[in-house]
Amino acid sequence: MAFGPYFLLATLEGLVTAAVLSLIALGLSLVFGVMRVVNVAHGEFYMLGAVLAWWVASLFGGHPAIGFMVALVLSPLVVAAIAFVAERLVLSRLKYEPEATIVATIGLLYIIQQLALTFYGPEARPVEAPFHYRMQLPWFGYSAYKLAVIGFSIIMMLATWFVLTRTKIGLVMRATQFDRETAQAFGIPVGRVYAGVFALGAGLAAVAAVLIVPIQQAHYLMGHDPLLLSFIVVIIGGLGSLRGTVLAAVLIGLSDGIISMFFSPTLAKMLATLAVAMILVFRPQGLFGAAAR
Amino acid sequence: MAAVKPLLETHELGRSFGGLRAVDGVDFSLPEGETHAIIGPNGAGKTTFVSLICGRVAPTDGRVVFDGKDISLMPAHKRVRAGIAYTFQITSVFANLTAFDNVALAVQRQLIDDHERGLSSRALTEHGMDALQKVGLGEYADKVAGNLSYGHQRLLEVAMGLALRPRLLILDEPTQGLSDSEIENFIALVRQIGEEATVLLIEHNMDVVMALAERITVMEQGRILAQGAPAEIRANQAVQQAYLGG
Amino acid sequence: MTRLTPSTKSIALHVGVVVLLLALNFLLPEYHRGVFARVLVLAVFAMGYNLAFGYTGLLSLGHAMFFAAGLYGAGLTIYHLEWSVWPAFGAGLAAGVVVALVVGFLALRTTGVAFMIVTLMFAQVFYLMTLYFTTYTRGEEGLVLPQEMRVLGFPGGVLDLSDPSTRYLVALSLFAIVLAAILFLVRAPYGRSLIAIRENEERMRMLGYDVFVNKLMAVVLSGLFCAASGAAYAVLFGYVGSGFAAIQYSILPLLWVLVGGAATTLGPLIGTLFMFYVIDTASSYTTAHLMVVGLVLIGVILFFPKGIIGTVRERWLPWLP
Repeated sequence: MAFGPYFLLATLEGLVTAAVLSLIALGLSLVFGVMRVVNVAHGEFYMLGAVLAWWVASLFGGHPAIGFMVALVLSPLVVAAIAFVAERLVLSRLKYEPEATIVATIGLLYIIQQLALTFYGPEARPVEAPFHYRMQLPWFGYSAYKLAVIGFSIIMMLATWFVLTRTKIGLVMRATQFDRETAQAFGIPVGRVYAGVFALGAGLAAVAAVLIVPIQQAHYLMGHDPLLLSFIVVIIGGLGSLRGTVLAAVLIGLSDGIISMFFSPTLAKMLATLAVAMILVFRPQGLFGAAAR
Repeated sequence: MAAVKPLLETHELGRSFGGLRAVDGVDFSLPEGETHAIIGPNGAGKTTFVSLICGRVAPTDGRVVFDGKDISLMPAHKRVRAGIAYTFQITSVFANLTAFDNVALAVQRQLIDDHERGLSSRALTEHGMDALQKVGLGEYADKVAGNLSYGHQRLLEVAMGLALRPRLLILDEPTQGLSDSEIENFIALVRQIGEEATVLLIEHNMDVVMALAERITVMEQGRILAQGAPAEIRANQAVQQAYLGG
Repeated sequence: MTRLTPSTKSIALHVGVVVLLLALNFLLPEYHRGVFARVLVLAVFAMGYNLAFGYTGLLSLGHAMFFAAGLYGAGLTIYHLEWSVWPAFGAGLAAGVVVALVVGFLALRTTGVAFMIVTLMFAQVFYLMTLYFTTYTRGEEGLVLPQEMRVLGFPGGVLDLSDPSTRYLVALSLFAIVLAAILFLVRAPYGRSLIAIRENEERMRMLGYDVFVNKLMAVVLSGLFCAASGAAYAVLFGYVGSGFAAIQYSILPLLWVLVGGAATTLGPLIGTLFMFYVIDTASSYTTAHLMVVGLVLIGVILFFPKGIIGTVRERWLPWLP
């Protein structure tokens, strides 16, 4: 295959990664932006979404699309509910103290991982894609499902953006983000807003997971890499900046595909992680973020 | 008078926050040994001005000269070691440490630089207790600072400043929140300090200012409005209008 | 009768703990002596972590890299260069100090959450390096140091570090040295400075302290102790692998210190010991030991944020260092 088509393929694969990554990172960024805490268990919510998707899909016979569609609705809802409960039971009692929250979410990470290992097992299991149509491009065939993933991610992101900027729920969230005490004084139930944001963040990760399981299989350790990658995305995009997050996800998703064409994956990860650490040290507001207010 | 080289000078010193000129081209000179008060309405730039002197805030323009050396670019911790001590407007003692540990932190820093004495545990105890006794907190040495009364925490704050053996001690609203009897003791304490060190005092309580200051600077909107002996300031028309509510 | 001062009491307590641990060498059954030897070495790791996290208030999520720097510094020089144990141990310490100096210099420009993530990422880079240079490290599979290399030479003879009793005593010696060093450090003026930096950085700056340099020294000392633990682990247990550089080994010292009590001298030992036996006991009922780690982390942070020794100090023994 010539360089051009090869590059196109890498770009398409990169865009799929970017789409899914945007959703995961959006969840992480939302939680950080509004609650000012880092959720280390975010990757486990993603994993949980994938595992639940497999479980739901396996309950339904008939056309794979039925199970998949049910999973796409049900799995994020269940994950969001779990996150909601965890927030009320643990994080709210820590008063969102950043360091205590990180320790607690590390604990949550281990618990979720162990539950998945115990009840789901160490195997990697696939979920069948809702459709198997292949688009015939001049140089190669490409899975239409992957293109649908990109499309659906964009719809989800636009929906999130709409909710955040154009609805009352979004207004309440932004008010809470801007000034917690004042929001409370105006009668906004800050505790429930936080729990809702935490649930929404986890739910977005679960949506991403359901979208990805027909491409990658569900596995109890699958949360690790997306967590690190979405950290990277959120940092490069500027902590708490949604637009920056999406831009950074596209950048990372594309470069992930393209860099791994030239370097070994380990070396690529090493250099990328080092670069991001340096960004955080020397430009903490991120590449796209404005200076902190 | 003119022969005495000032301990502290600022030249055209300024600081902007966004579009706001908090301190606007201030020329200021403080002779060694003087007790000097800065007064002015809220938001006049007093705290920003002394923060520029002690290095907590970096200037946007102008220079700070201390003891003949330009210290405009010197980081805050080095200015402290050069002899400028600052006590905080909002009490910020180490609440979880004992009163003695609080002053010991200041003493040990000072002793590290004092090559004659050096840092020994005897010198540490001696100087630490000395500073506590000066402000009348000797008996509270083993008490946790956070459990002391507000007035005592303010005194501890001053003791930490004293323990640094500064040439210039900056007191930022030291009597705020103190009772009348505490204020009286405080005035006596600052008089005593003033015999050894140069004192720069930001203060709202005019009784304290009149009792202590040899000279007064009045600030308004980031600039110096008037400067002079207490009697002159009291008689100054502009000051009365702007500040004394005359 | 003379009244014991807090300082005499605390020194007596620490000497007592070391003597008790020495006696345990002759009292413990073989299996538990092995566990204790491992706990003593890893408690040194926890003590090093505690210096940064507990005393100075620097919550790092990357201390595995300091432990692993010591581990590989000693392990690789023994395995590939056939160095004897003393210089190899020194190489481990040097590696730890260098890594701590570089990482500290960069990471200390950030604070709070950013500091946690930056340390996490540097540790991740270190971990990936151990995988990337798999020709030398054999990655996850790791290297087993030959038994004939693991002997400690003395002017009077040699000690076989694979012998259980020798191993225990060497581990205890290292533990005692580091415990004494930490005890000395936190009672010295420098220890007071570190605690004060944790409490209020800005106030310290205005007392004339160069906060950055003080924190950097704390990170380097912390890295040195962690590297000592890693280097000792390599020579005493004869195995060097990437697993020790992974994120879990950054979380574990945090867990041990939190459980035992942050900013206490004996907390790291108690926490490490407690968690070893909790996981050990749990493992005999269930394979779900990750669950135990997770539940203990959340339980401690919710209900015992001061840890075991911290709570004892608060309730009964205020003189505990």
